Amino acid sequence: MSASKRAGGGGSSLWQIRSAIDPRQYWLLALFGLVAPLVAWLVASQLDGTDKVFLPGPADVLARIWSWATDDDLAADVAISTWRVVAGWALSAAIALPLGLFIGSYRAVQALLEPLTDFVRYMPAVAFIPLVMLWVGIEEGSKVAIIFIGTFFQMVLMVAEDVRRVPLAQIEAAQTMGATRSEILEKVIVPSAKPALLDTLRVTMGWAWTYLVVAELVASNSGLGYAVLKAQRFLQTDKIFAGILLIGLIGLLIDQGFRLVHRKAFPYLAGRHR
Amino acid sequence: MTASIDIRDAFKTFGHGTQAIQALEQANLAIRPNEFVTFVGASGCGKSTLLRMIGGLESLSRGSIAVNGQPIAGPGVDRAMVFQHYSLYPWLTVTQNIKFCRQLKAHTHDRTSADVEQAAGRADALIRLMGLSHVADAYPSQLSGGMQQRVAIARALMSRPPILLMDEPFGALDAQTREVMHDLIRHVHRMEGSTIVFVTHDVEEAIYLGQRIVLMAPRPGRIDTLYDVPLPAERHQDMKLAPEFLALKREILERIRETSGMKTDLEQLARLNAAVGADAALTTD
Ligand SMILES: Nc1ncnc2c1ncn2[C@@H]1O[C@H](COP(=O)(O)OP(=O)(O)OP(=O)(O)O)[C@@H](O)[C@H]1O
Ligand SMILES: [Mg+2]
Repeated sequence: MSASKRAGGGGSSLWQIRSAIDPRQYWLLALFGLVAPLVAWLVASQLDGTDKVFLPGPADVLARIWSWATDDDLAADVAISTWRVVAGWALSAAIALPLGLFIGSYRAVQALLEPLTDFVRYMPAVAFIPLVMLWVGIEEGSKVAIIFIGTFFQMVLMVAEDVRRVPLAQIEAAQTMGATRSEILEKVIVPSAKPALLDTLRVTMGWAWTYLVVAELVASNSGLGYAVLKAQRFLQTDKIFAGILLIGLIGLLIDQGFRLVHRKAFPYLAGRHR
Repeated sequence: MTASIDIRDAFKTFGHGTQAIQALEQANLAIRPNEFVTFVGASGCGKSTLLRMIGGLESLSRGSIAVNGQPIAGPGVDRAMVFQHYSLYPWLTVTQNIKFCRQLKAHTHDRTSADVEQAAGRADALIRLMGLSHVADAYPSQLSGGMQQRVAIARALMSRPPILLMDEPFGALDAQTREVMHDLIRHVHRMEGSTIVFVTHDVEEAIYLGQRIVLMAPRPGRIDTLYDVPLPAERHQDMKLAPEFLALKREILERIRETSGMKTDLEQLARLNAAVGADAALTTD
């Protein structure tokens, strides 16, 4: 029997490279992957000698989230943080999408802008905080600006790369059918790059969330990142945990939303969507 | 619809200075209206480059190419091109791919309702001709390689181009599918009256399809020999066993071998074998 099992192909082993697995198995594994660390955390926090300040347990964190929600206006913190992240990210996207499209389509624009973008993206967003405070002030705009700085330059380069990945044959086929430059952009390059662009938007949205705490360093008095920073000052470890977990949870939800849109919008990629 | 192609003293150099590659040197060729010409030759001899130059996708370093006496400037709707692969639009269905050119301004001058109806009729006819009726609403990713190439050909034919340029369109297909495609493309040639320029590295394919064969040679890329195919206009698969077919095939293969530098490779291999033999003799002593 075992002789009929081949190493690399055939069969229905879980360890087949890239092969599909049963959806039930998939969800079971995903659930396990999420629950196992939770259990490990629970056990570690229950061990004798674990200081609550050093490592609060899941129950402490849940209790903290509850009291945050009831007494401390968690909803407002979530709302303002989400707004800042989405605004900074959307502003990035609004400029990066057209700019990346031109960088990826025209070598001249690439030569003009890509080295500069490549240079700027290595500058740490945190270091821009004093400048942002100076130029933008300390209002809402400054938080959005930090998230913008953190995501924009990477996003431009990724969009340009997505556009450059459009197969040349698709473009040339349109040219031999008499398509004009604008028709090639609109009817070939954009639709062809769309799935990759949506992936880029999804990935950069994740990065935007990672810049939230940095952004809320700037003269905030609200938001999840600000709450984490304040909790740090008072050594409220459970609140730090609560803030980090909530940011992760919102990120996960948004990510799943993007994946759902991807599946619905690009049915022709059925093979890729598991 | 048909057209002539005149290639005069065409040169193509890629790169500059010491990096320069002479991809095509002084090509001269006159292709008659409704002629079926096939290009063969060793890899790197400039077949694709010349075809792309006719298609307007590659500029000329020197010389000129004229269609019906008019020098070409860039790609145009009079010259449709079928690529080896990856040219279909994966987000469009088979029917939408075939009708793609109808969305372009270049094809909107004929937008009377009768013409629209006629275009729809043509799309349907092409789908039927290419045997794609049962997959008309499928996406390219759901089709086999052979079917995808049929879609690409139908799409190229949609606008009734007088010239059809094909670069190893069947290179990735299996032998059986290729034979079906050969008869299909010959049928299209007869029915549509188009001028077809077809690049391949399969000599049998070149003879079976072509009325004339252009043999190209590498380093530098150039047109080496022209062969008239001594077969009747109507072709059948069993002609591939006819003595004149086999004789021409042998002659062309021999010439490709001569021009490709493969002979010297073989000589080198023989020398290498001799050396290894001598070595072996030494160690067994
Ligand atoms: N865009 C390019 N830039 C630089 N060199 C090129 C370019 N395109 C082709 N060449 C060179 O020009 C020569 C001819 O290439 P071409 O693709 O026309 O050959 P081919 O006859 O089609 O070969 P094959 O049978 O392998 O497809 C080759 O030496 C190739 O390396
Ligand atoms: Mg080639």
